[in-house]
This record gives sequence, C-alpha cells and structure tokens, in this order.
Amino acid sequence: MWNYFKLIATGSWSLAVGMWIVLRHAFKRPVTVQYPYESVRLPARYRGHIELKREAAGGQPKCVACLACQRACPSGCIALDGVKPEGAPRKVLTLYTLNFTTCSLCGLCVESCAFDALQFSKDYNLASVRKEDYQMDLLTPGEKHS
Amino acid sequence: MMTLLHNDFVLEMIRLVLYAVGLIAFAAFNAAYLSLLERKIPSWFQLRYGPKEVGWWGLLQPVADGIKLLTKQLLVQRGADVVLFKLAPAMVVIPAIMCLATIPFSETLVPRNINLGLLVIFSFSAIHVIGTMLGGWASYNKYASIAAARVVAQNIAYEIPLLLILVSLVMITHSFNLHTIVDQQAGGFWRWNVLRLSASPLMPVAFIIYFICMLAESNRAPFDMVEAESELIAGAFTEYSGMGFGLFFIAEYANIVVGCALGTILFLGGWHCPFGLLPGLHWFLIKMYFLCFTVIWVRWSFPRTQFYGLLNLSWKVLIPIALANLMITAIMLKLF
Repeated sequence: MWNYFKLIATGSWSLAVGMWIVLRHAFKRPVTVQYPYESVRLPARYRGHIELKREAAGGQPKCVACLACQRACPSGCIALDGVKPEGAPRKVLTLYTLNFTTCSLCGLCVESCAFDALQFSKDYNLASVRKEDYQMDLLTPGEKHS
Repeated sequence: MMTLLHNDFVLEMIRLVLYAVGLIAFAAFNAAYLSLLERKIPSWFQLRYGPKEVGWWGLLQPVADGIKLLTKQLLVQRGADVVLFKLAPAMVVIPAIMCLATIPFSETLVPRNINLGLLVIFSFSAIHVIGTMLGGWASYNKYASIAAARVVAQNIAYEIPLLLILVSLVMITHSFNLHTIVDQQAGGFWRWNVLRLSASPLMPVAFIIYFICMLAESNRAPFDMVEAESELIAGAFTEYSGMGFGLFFIAEYANIVVGCALGTILFLGGWHCPFGLLPGLHWFLIKMYFLCFTVIWVRWSFPRTQFYGLLNLSWKVLIPIALANLMITAIMLKLF
C-alpha cells in the first residue's frame, strides 16, 4: 500500500520535472541554421577538396610543378604539367586537374608539397548530377564548378 | 420586414443559424490554428523555428495544408465497407461540434443553455468513439482494426474516472447546467471549483484526473493509441486520404477545444476573472487556450505509453482515486 502511493508520488514528480524542463527550453533561441540563407563557420582544419595557394603579389600559383603531389596521391587523381619559360627562376603550371570522384581527401598531396603550394579549400557546396563537374581544373577555379 | 423581425419564431431561427455557422467556423478555425500551434510550440521546445515560410510567422500554413488536403483524391480501397468508411469522419466530427452548442462562452454568449448541458456534452462526446471505431473497422486493414479495438478499450477505461469525477462535482454544484456551475464560481480564483477544498480536499487532484481523462478521451499523446505511428502507421486513419483524414483532425482539435472549455467551466471559473475584475469572454478564452497549450505541452513532453500502462493507469490509479474523491465529497457534504 505504501509502495502504491510512493509510486504515484514519484511518478507525478518526475512528470512535473519533465514538463518543467521542456518549458524552459521554449525560451531558448533556436539552434537551426537556415541553410540556403545562412551557413555555419567552418572549422579551421576543415578538409574540402584541395586548391592551389597563390602568391600574395600577382596571384600566380606558388606551385613549381615538381610532381610530388601527383606521385604521393594513392588514387592517382591529380594530373599536372608545367613549362620553364626562358629566364624564369622556376617552372610555371600549365595544367592542374583534380579528379574529385576518386579523391578520398587523405591529404597526402598537401603533406608532400615542399613549396607550401597546396591547401584544403572550404568549399562544400559540391552537389551535382553531372560527373564532369568533379573533373576540377584548379588553375582556373572559377570554371571548375558550374 | 419589421413585422417579420418581431416574430419570435423568425428571430429564433436567425439566432439558430447564426450560432450554427459561428460554432462550425469556431471549430474549423481552432482546428486550423491549433494545428499550426501544434507545430510551432514543439518547435520552441526543440529549439527549432517550425513553419515560417508560408505567410508571416507561418500564419498561412493551415490554409496551404487545407488546400493540399482538398486537392487529394479520396481513395476507397477494395474490401472496405464503403458506406461506413465514408460515414465515419462525419460521425466523429459532428458530435464534437454539437458539444460546443451547450458551452457558455460568457454570461450572455450561450448557444443553448440546457439544464442538462453537462450530460448532453458527455453523451455526444461518447459518439466519437463509435465513429473512430467504425472508421477503423470499415477500412479493411489490420492496423486500422487493431486501432479500432484499442480506441474502445481506452475510451471505456477513461470514461469511468471521468464520470466519477463529474458525479462528485455535480454533488457539490447541485446542477447539470453549465451556466449555473460557472455562476457559483463568481468572485476570485479561491472560489473556483479547483480550489473548493471545503467541499472536498481532493479537488485539485480531481482537476488533474479530469485533465488526464480528457487527454485520453480525445486520443492525445501520451495516450494516442489510436494513431500510434510507430506501431500502427496511422491507426484507424491509415486508409483515409484527403479531407476524410482532415475531418478526423478537425474532430481531434474540436474535441480538445470542448475538453478544455469544459475544464475551464467546471474547474477554472468559466468567464470569471481570477481577481473579480472585468468578467467576460476574454477570460474564458485565455483559460481555455492555456489548457489547450498545456495539452500540446504534455504531448511534446512525454513519450507514448504502452497499452498496458494506459489501462493500468486508469484502472489501478485514476479510478480508485476518483472513487475516494467521490466518497470524501459525499462524507463532507453529509457532515458540513
């Protein structure tokens, strides 16, 4: 008999506590991010697809076409080429493509780069229905994604 | 024309039509905007925004929902009992709206002030159980059939404590007339039936039992065994499409409104102000919508009970306490 009333009392109390917790939440701000209109700040070490770092002056890629990233890539998704113009101190990129369909974002290319010329981008709006959109031309990044 | 307006019969007919239209509009308006609140309030609880794109603050969302429901095809699947299947939504929605006819919204705003108003409401609100059961049974669907069996067991189990509470209440008020019951609670909140401790020290408990039974009678969470989505898809409403489904929802919200209005009238002093100031329709609506808010609040606080838990709660807890309340009330009435 004692247990019967104790059960009713503890049960009612826990229900009241539950309702109080729920009510308190009604006065907190929503945590929803209204995605197409606003987005969260990405963390500093976010790994998007790779992109070329550029010189502060002139905007030329820092890359010297040493092919270290191409060799380091386990999936073989990087292809690049460069020429050495007359009198220039180093080679200049003429082609840098990334096949993002096979890239696993392992980051070995970024690690292997001795010239600090590669970095992860913060581009994550990559949905597409066409496979060709993932053959990215990193030299002219404006055209890589339509 | 003027002589026509002086004819009592004509005036009564005009009054009747106006009240009928008004009550149906009131029920439909509440169904529409309580369904919006049903989505807005949990969004506050869950730190979301809820519907906000259709109209300012999502205010046109019910209109969009209504148009969507109206454009859907009404399907009747093979094997269903066509007549009962189509009749069931009406059988659920009509009694719920008829219950509103005896509710005194304010001192003067009463569609029909019947001496047995309380009894009328409870006889009509018992019909919607049959409507839901017929709908589930006529669907020729195993989920709907299980739900139909559940709704009967649940509503019988919860009608008993509800009626026991009302018997003890009527013993105190000596009246079935809702207008009279509210009039007795004039004054401040200490004169409301919920705090009438001189009549029975268990009155606040009686109000809580009334509220729980009202939740169960209108098939609201955590007692929504009729449309337990996780077990029965949509329960008795599984096979309904379009406005047939919509009518069940209008009925659900109309039942909530009736239950909350009745709780306001019986326990919370109807249209009277808690401090004896400015009685009127607005106090009735404030109290009623506060109870409606609590119904939604409860729904989004607690998970659905098991069917055993539901029946255990009624037979082992609510009915004994309601009986004890009845006995205490009787003893107090006899002694003092």
